[in-house]
Amino acid sequence: MEFAEHIKTANVEDVVLRQPLHPPSRGTLCITGHHLLFSDREESSSRQVLLLLRNIDAIEKSVENLLGYPGFFSNAGHSERPTDLSLEDQWDLSSPEKHYSQMKELHERWRLSSVNRDYLVCASYPPAVIVPHSIDDDTLKKAAKFRQGGRFPILCYYHRKNGMVIVRSSQPLTGANRKRCKEDELLLQAVIDGSDKGYIIDTRSSQQAQQARMTGGGFESKSCYSRWKRLHRQMERGKSLQESLIKLVEACGDESHNMDRWLSKLENSKWLSHVQTALSTAGLLAECVERDGHSVLVHGSEGTDCSLLISTLAQLIMDPHCRTMEGFLALLEREWVQAGHPFQHRCAHSAYSHARLQQESPVFLLLLDCVWQLWRQFPLALGFSEALLLRLASQTRRRPNTLKRFRRK
Amino acid sequence: MEHIRTPKVEQVRLLDRSAGQRKASVGTLYLSATHTIFVENNPETRRETWVLHSMVSSVERPPSTPTGSQLILRCKDFRVFHIFIPQERDSVDVHASLVRLSRPEKYSELYCLSFNPNVNKEEREESWNFTDLTADYKRMGVPNNLWVATAANSEYRVCDTYPSELFVPKSATPAIIVGSSRFRSRGRFPALSYFHQDTLAAVCRCSQPLSGFSGRSQEDEMMLQAVMKSNPGSDYIYVVDTRPKLNAMANRAAGKGYENEDHYTNIKLQFIGIENIHVMRSSQQKIIDVGEMRAPSMTDFLWGLENSGWLKHIKAVLDAGVFIARAVADEGISVLVHCSDGWDRTAQACSVASILLDPYYRTIKGLMALIEKDWVSFGHKFSHRYAHLDGDPKEVSPVIDQFLECVWQLSEQFPCAFEFNERFLIAIHTHVYSCQYGTFLGNCQKERRDMRLCERSHSVWPQLWKDRAEYANPLYKAELSQSQGVLRPNTTPYCFKMWKGLYNHVEKSTPPRQSPADFLAAVKEESQQLEEELTNHQEVPPGGPTHQQQGSRQEDSNPDGEANHMGEGGGSEEDD
Repeated sequence: MEFAEHIKTANVEDVVLRQPLHPPSRGTLCITGHHLLFSDREESSSRQVLLLLRNIDAIEKSVENLLGYPGFFSNAGHSERPTDLSLEDQWDLSSPEKHYSQMKELHERWRLSSVNRDYLVCASYPPAVIVPHSIDDDTLKKAAKFRQGGRFPILCYYHRKNGMVIVRSSQPLTGANRKRCKEDELLLQAVIDGSDKGYIIDTRSSQQAQQARMTGGGFESKSCYSRWKRLHRQMERGKSLQESLIKLVEACGDESHNMDRWLSKLENSKWLSHVQTALSTAGLLAECVERDGHSVLVHGSEGTDCSLLISTLAQLIMDPHCRTMEGFLALLEREWVQAGHPFQHRCAHSAYSHARLQQESPVFLLLLDCVWQLWRQFPLALGFSEALLLRLASQTRRRPNTLKRFRRK
Repeated sequence: MEHIRTPKVEQVRLLDRSAGQRKASVGTLYLSATHTIFVENNPETRRETWVLHSMVSSVERPPSTPTGSQLILRCKDFRVFHIFIPQERDSVDVHASLVRLSRPEKYSELYCLSFNPNVNKEEREESWNFTDLTADYKRMGVPNNLWVATAANSEYRVCDTYPSELFVPKSATPAIIVGSSRFRSRGRFPALSYFHQDTLAAVCRCSQPLSGFSGRSQEDEMMLQAVMKSNPGSDYIYVVDTRPKLNAMANRAAGKGYENEDHYTNIKLQFIGIENIHVMRSSQQKIIDVGEMRAPSMTDFLWGLENSGWLKHIKAVLDAGVFIARAVADEGISVLVHCSDGWDRTAQACSVASILLDPYYRTIKGLMALIEKDWVSFGHKFSHRYAHLDGDPKEVSPVIDQFLECVWQLSEQFPCAFEFNERFLIAIHTHVYSCQYGTFLGNCQKERRDMRLCERSHSVWPQLWKDRAEYANPLYKAELSQSQGVLRPNTTPYCFKMWKGLYNHVEKSTPPRQSPADFLAAVKEESQQLEEELTNHQEVPPGGPTHQQQGSRQEDSNPDGEANHMGEGGGSEEDD
């Protein structure tokens, strides 16, 4: 049965639309198979509000006293009239292949491996990845078995100034028995070959990392990875991040305009604390590479959320090219789309929704907020404006599986 | 000079944390009659730091340590200096001197009055004519057939804290004016603040009525009637009491209070709860503390900000202005504004409303005129509020600070609507406290006249006007719809930001903040310079006038044949 066949009443006259920050307007409401269309009756304004049905998260029926409003909709944002989205056309903004070929300095110590060409080694990685020269594909296959989801350490950024790199992965599967994997150790050894040490930024607290062993995960121990120094920076992810966003949106939507509670509600949501942690951890990462002059391995548990967040921000901090419009979009393509961030699961609903899905987490939105903060502090340093960030935010919400192609196969 | 115990101390260390300084610099400290001066020992820079005594808010001397004695100088513009003096005796002397010097007892001790009055006499007297209030009223369309000038207060006999030039409703006779002033606290009867030509509605101001529980005054009631009649488009007026209702009611026990709607027909009373000067004073201290926090967590910062209540108060002042502006512009209803004495919250509400209503006040000259009108001429107690002299600390309160901040908050919401930038507001703020100029000295017009301030000091406005390039907002476009007409700001709590430019000096560190506005201004200036150069080149024909021949390009040449430039051969040819 088509959507359209479910429509009982296609047109309703004399509907009052109430939106925040707008005066109420009276007009006609139409329901089609894909949209809600509201047409303002006022002659002076030809305002039309077009609402994509899939953007509606919550419908509440409330009995308004005097005038008998049928109900009101909460939504996560209006859609514009469907224009051709230029972002849609750019399927191949960047890829490890492109990145590798453009960065000639990499060729000396790094190679492009197509061990994952059939996605059999790691389902969430792209077909080609950048790994140290001295490590062959067999070693990679074995190392992948030692990492959650098969996400073995791969290069994501090469710092031209001093040849240091950022690699990222997921957690090692050491488990309670403190398993080892020779190939994983070899791989990481090759990453810092020629340097005295490397840093591991673990986006979990050391306690969380310890506890991960109980469920089969773990961390890189000092004894097995002697030349790597571990730094723990606890970052929020998953459900609590989603809760944080929901509280933030609630605080902003408080109609009472009461200044008394605004700031404490904001504080209580902890959203800005998460932004601050993300930026300071990214800053730490940048300091390790740029100022301290050492390579860094970044991972959390799954390596699909906080790891991507801070590697993206660190690249923005360090690399002027990433701050241009094309560079930024390429960065997102590489570090989020190609890197396997599960957009469809993370961005399924908005913060207005009453549903609380297991996998939901506004990590990408947190990234956009962090980039916005950078823009506020350095307004002349970014080649794009807030408008791009807003567009990305609404696009991700609207079409998480088309714009951000999640799973290839 | 007699207050200076030690004019010079060597080997002093100074730390100006508000300028982002991390390490103290070593140098010599001097005390003059008007300034504290620190000169760095560094022979290359010999950098000097000057602090006006009148800018010093407090001098603290924490207990000495073995390494030496410290003095903490806190300034009224929120800068903080830490001074380390090796010898304890010197630090005691400097402390005592500074305490005395920063608390002048007489106006004559102040910087603005401490120079030879005969030098630059004419220039000085001229500077006081820079703002012309009569011209501003005229620009508003006043006097007209609804509002007239009254000479009742020309000698300050009716109200000694009001200006001599006042506008009242046409039907307000001198008897009504005098009677009404007797029924108002401090004699501050209803007078015109702003006339909105589009709707013929007006903003008037006064102080609280001396009504107590049952008092009435026929003249005062007639005065309010007259205000109403001066607006042919409406048959009632709003009376806005900017105090919290509870405070207003409490005042009745002291024989004052607010207008009884039963006695004053055709008024609608509206309370807008702006807190009093004591609450504001302590609130500002808390936000200063927030600004001084070093490496706070997000929680510390947000809690500190909310706990200070500062942004809540700013919003309250802005809400008052918004209410008045809406009433006047959208509903076409006149508004009479008062608080207790009509010189603090009233001034804030009326001037914020004016900014919202009239684009002229969003220009540099306009803001100067507005402050001269609603603050200076209408008797806001500058010297008391901003501690120009050593006086009652309970009188001190950041009233104009809040007004300036409201303007800043508006400029953040409407970046193209203001001709000036944040620096202009900060400069005004500094001068309100600094007493370098006579503009803000004293507590009312009469006092300034009696002090003969115009003859003895300069006005600040011409100097600010001279520096206006620094204060210009390159995004300002007078023709933009955003800049014209009435501003309608969004006053949801999340629209209010902390004014880092004022309270968080620590930010002013290297590297300097990137400012798109400054960048744009620099680009504009460069373009202008290039255009001027281009024009200059076009005026000089190629090769110089001596080689000019008939039939060559004549467009730019002077038809009078005047020689503008001497060519290589000397002399010039006449153009035909």
